[in-house]
Amino acid sequence: MIALLRRDMAVATRAGGGFGLGLAFFLVMVVLVPLSVGPDTGVLSRIAPGILWLGALLACLLSLDRIFALDFEDGSLDLLATAPLPLEGAVAIKALAHWLTTGLPLTLMAPLLGVLLNLPVPGYGWLLVSLALGTPALSVIGAFGAALTVGLRRGGLLLSLLVLPLYVPTLIFGAEVARRGAEGMPVATPLALLAGISLGCAALIPFAAAAALRVNLR
Amino acid sequence: MQRNTGAPISRVMSLWEYANPKKFMQVSGAVLPWVGGLAAACLAIGLSWGFFFTPDDFRQGSTVKIIYIHVPAALMGINAWLMMLVTSLIWLVRRHHVSALAAKAAAPVGLVMTVIALATGAIWGQPMWGTWWAWDPRLTSFLILGLFYLGYIALWSAIDNPDTAADLTAVLCLVGSVFALLSRYAVLFWNQGLHQGASLTVTQDNPISDVFYWPLVTSISGFVLLFLTLVLIRTRTEIRRRRLQALLNRERRT
Repeated sequence: MIALLRRDMAVATRAGGGFGLGLAFFLVMVVLVPLSVGPDTGVLSRIAPGILWLGALLACLLSLDRIFALDFEDGSLDLLATAPLPLEGAVAIKALAHWLTTGLPLTLMAPLLGVLLNLPVPGYGWLLVSLALGTPALSVIGAFGAALTVGLRRGGLLLSLLVLPLYVPTLIFGAEVARRGAEGMPVATPLALLAGISLGCAALIPFAAAAALRVNLR
Repeated sequence: MQRNTGAPISRVMSLWEYANPKKFMQVSGAVLPWVGGLAAACLAIGLSWGFFFTPDDFRQGSTVKIIYIHVPAALMGINAWLMMLVTSLIWLVRRHHVSALAAKAAAPVGLVMTVIALATGAIWGQPMWGTWWAWDPRLTSFLILGLFYLGYIALWSAIDNPDTAADLTAVLCLVGSVFALLSRYAVLFWNQGLHQGASLTVTQDNPISDVFYWPLVTSISGFVLLFLTLVLIRTRTEIRRRRLQALLNRERRT
């Protein structure tokens, strides 16, 4: 499992892996927001938590199809499926690798972009916490969507149509934590629910994703 | 002798006999005109009774009459997804093709019901709430349900191999059901509502008066039967399409 994790990380971070693309997308999107809604700092600081969450979510979506597509094309996914490692475990590790190369950098970058959007001072810590807790769920749910669409020629667009509705609860609770944090309100309830969603997804979704992969490899 | 004792046992499992496409086609063909006719009758009676022979509400005026379309459509929008969930489970567990095709057939009908509920709600909301749309929990979760239908239908149409498509959409339906439910409660947490509570309860003390209750029940039964009719027709079409494909394949091989 560790070897698989190392391999996926290496493939994702080396040249052609598209490691920086998600981050660059996140940056560009956050820059475009003031250009579209106007430079009023009051408005920007009100919408900052939501925009940062939405941007992180979309940036995460960009690299989802790479979780399985490359391995499916060169046949290493078949080897993984027949390997002694259970496919559920392989899916979980691949989702973890996706999180380490996408979700974690996005989380660390979000406070920097918060400066651009005039995020209120108490919001930074909670933004970081909510993204750190919520992005693993995004990666795991995305791995399920990628597993569903892995065999398709034009899977990318369909993948976003399938995955975005599944992101709704995570987005609601995550953005709620960040918003309440920025406004100085108590965050315990949405934070607990967000953590619950992440843990539940990490525990259960690999089984569904592995089932979908087995169907696609048949 | 043994054959005679065998027959009743197979009759105990009678529900699964309809998983045989031939049996399903026979029975559904015989039942279809009756269900369709009953649906038309219930809809005609329920809707015209509701539209022309009930008084106006003292606060909502005649706009209240949209309830005879809105509530049944919303009900069927949710129940169609439930039916897809059950048939998907049957497909995953028992591999009955008719079940998978019924799920496929129900999805567009459910989507249309959801859209009808949203549209009639908007038409009613304009004079009553003063807005076409509000980000109210019920409205929002219905919109999200519509998105789930869209994804489900798109996945069906994207995959060429019918068995793969049936498997993947069934898995999507199971996971989607969990997330649709999660979204429902997440949305409740996210915003407080403008929408009124449930219009009907199973217990006696209904929130709406008897004058509106009976035409509403009639039109709900009409919508249920209409849904059944449409799903049966669409399932029969799918079965015929499968047969045609099998014939074409056989011809190509010879």
